[in-house]
Amino acid sequence: MATAREAREAPAPPLTVAHFPRPRPPLMDRLVPKGVLVRIGLIIACIFFLLPFYWMVNSAVKTTAELTNFPPTLIPQVFDFGNFYRAVTYIPFGTFLLNSVLLTSGVTLGAAMSNPLIAYGFSRVKWPGRDFVFGICMATIFLPFPVLIVALFDIFAKLGWINTFLPMIVPAFFGSPFFIFLMRQFYLSLPNEISEAARIDGANEFQVFLHIILPLAKPAVAAVTIFAAVQAWGEFLAPLLFLQDESKYPLSIGLQFYRQSHDVAYNLLMAASTLIVLPIVALFIAFQRFFIQGVTAGSIKG
Amino acid sequence: MQSQRGAALIAAPRVHLTASEWRQLRTAAPFVLPWVIGFFAFTLYPIIYSLYLSFQSYSGFGDAVPVGFANYKHMFTDPLFFKSLYNTAYYTLLAVPIGLVVAIVLAMLMNQNVREVAIYRAAFYLPSILPLFALTFIFIVLLNPGFGLVNFFLGLFHVPTINWLGDPSWTKVSVVILAQLGAGGPALIFLASLRAVPTELYESARLEGAGPLRRFWHITVPLITPVILYDLLYGTILGLQIFTPAYILVGGTSGGAAYTAGPDNSLLFYVFYLYKNAFQYSDMGYASAMAWVLFLISIVLALLIMRWSQYWVHYEGA
Repeated sequence: MATAREAREAPAPPLTVAHFPRPRPPLMDRLVPKGVLVRIGLIIACIFFLLPFYWMVNSAVKTTAELTNFPPTLIPQVFDFGNFYRAVTYIPFGTFLLNSVLLTSGVTLGAAMSNPLIAYGFSRVKWPGRDFVFGICMATIFLPFPVLIVALFDIFAKLGWINTFLPMIVPAFFGSPFFIFLMRQFYLSLPNEISEAARIDGANEFQVFLHIILPLAKPAVAAVTIFAAVQAWGEFLAPLLFLQDESKYPLSIGLQFYRQSHDVAYNLLMAASTLIVLPIVALFIAFQRFFIQGVTAGSIKG
Repeated sequence: MQSQRGAALIAAPRVHLTASEWRQLRTAAPFVLPWVIGFFAFTLYPIIYSLYLSFQSYSGFGDAVPVGFANYKHMFTDPLFFKSLYNTAYYTLLAVPIGLVVAIVLAMLMNQNVREVAIYRAAFYLPSILPLFALTFIFIVLLNPGFGLVNFFLGLFHVPTINWLGDPSWTKVSVVILAQLGAGGPALIFLASLRAVPTELYESARLEGAGPLRRFWHITVPLITPVILYDLLYGTILGLQIFTPAYILVGGTSGGAAYTAGPDNSLLFYVFYLYKNAFQYSDMGYASAMAWVLFLISIVLALLIMRWSQYWVHYEGA
């Protein structure tokens, strides 16, 4: 078998390959410069996917009169930035925000601590029955969470956890199958020799994990951390079930209060939504690489 | 993805362990034990416990009273149960195929050979990580029959005004459209598998005169079937548990949701009705029976899809 180097050094073969007649490019390609049609399609799709986001910001800075006017104005005639101030004073926004931050921090910490550890045991340590147990772990991805809610509520009620953040935070410390899968994929891509070398030097398995593998797995840990944070920030069902006091509500549940009466303060609702969505957009722009790697578990570049 | 290994994994592990295998277990235990404990405490135990509750009459307070199969029998005479089953089936049958097509189209758009493709990828992916509750609120504004942008836009093409959230025949469609904003996530997984298709395959097909449609159907589709299977499975399970958009669209905690579930109960999805039974009507027994029926439905559907997939999933090297 010729190596790449040999191939490069070999003299160029004479051009004996039959010359295929180039097929005439399709009509559209001859009329429109290359890439224009593709870009038109891409931009139309972009408009569809970014429109909700634009409309949220757009509605957030409109006056109530302009927002409820028909036809809607694509660009606000009057920019009323006071909506943001009114939005955070209309409901106890500060309390809800603090609760969201606490919840998100707890869940994120739990996910960042548990999943790298658990996935290590499913990939870089050999033990009998490992793949069987891992199969069960992966099967739980396909278990609908609502199947568990009634029993979980009763269990948490008996533990006295209702109206605390514990029902959301504690399970995060026991790993989640998606994140375990993601971390495991990354671990499997690291060569075994690194671990072997450390073991020969007398390191125990936990030391190998902590000092050798974990530092190499930083990108994957970052991806898990970011995903956990985004997920916890948007969590709706669990806080709805397990929190009852208004003073404990995170933003996801608290947003309901913009429509206490029959009158809905749409522009304030959109202003608050903008404030809630903004941290995620910022996170996404800052750490885009980790999002893409995370979803595709390292199988895509660029 | 992981499901393709499923069949081989079901083979039960051997019971007799050698000394070195015990040592391996001791090494692995500190790593895996957190998940095992969590699995027993927050998954397995609740499933078994709700099976027990499903045979009880239980309000959430006081003692549970055994009632045999009464909760399960009640389903057969409960029109709202069938309504919720119908709504969920309607939604899932619409959302899953549409979601699959949108994700694949999006992945192909993300795979275009233009310089600024990273920007498009980011734009398509971003909505899928935004909180669903926030997107739902945006939809309430976008779809408003009085001042919403969507009806204004359709009006330009002389489409009569649609009462998206007020007309029972459109409410579920609205939720299906909303769900498409999350297509960026699966699209990225499809993109990864599209890029794994060897370009030589396309080249040789082109030389043999295959057009773009034939190349797509005979090269791309077979090679992405494992991801299609995963998307079908996961999409179906997600479809069965649709709740948040419906809950918010009908008015949430602040009023509406306590009484209705959209016009003509058209947004009374299975999990919504389960939630109402458990937490509004304090009928934890009936809700547990519904939870178990949902559990069985999802297992049966997952197995059926896996079985069916044997006829069309193409594994490389298999």
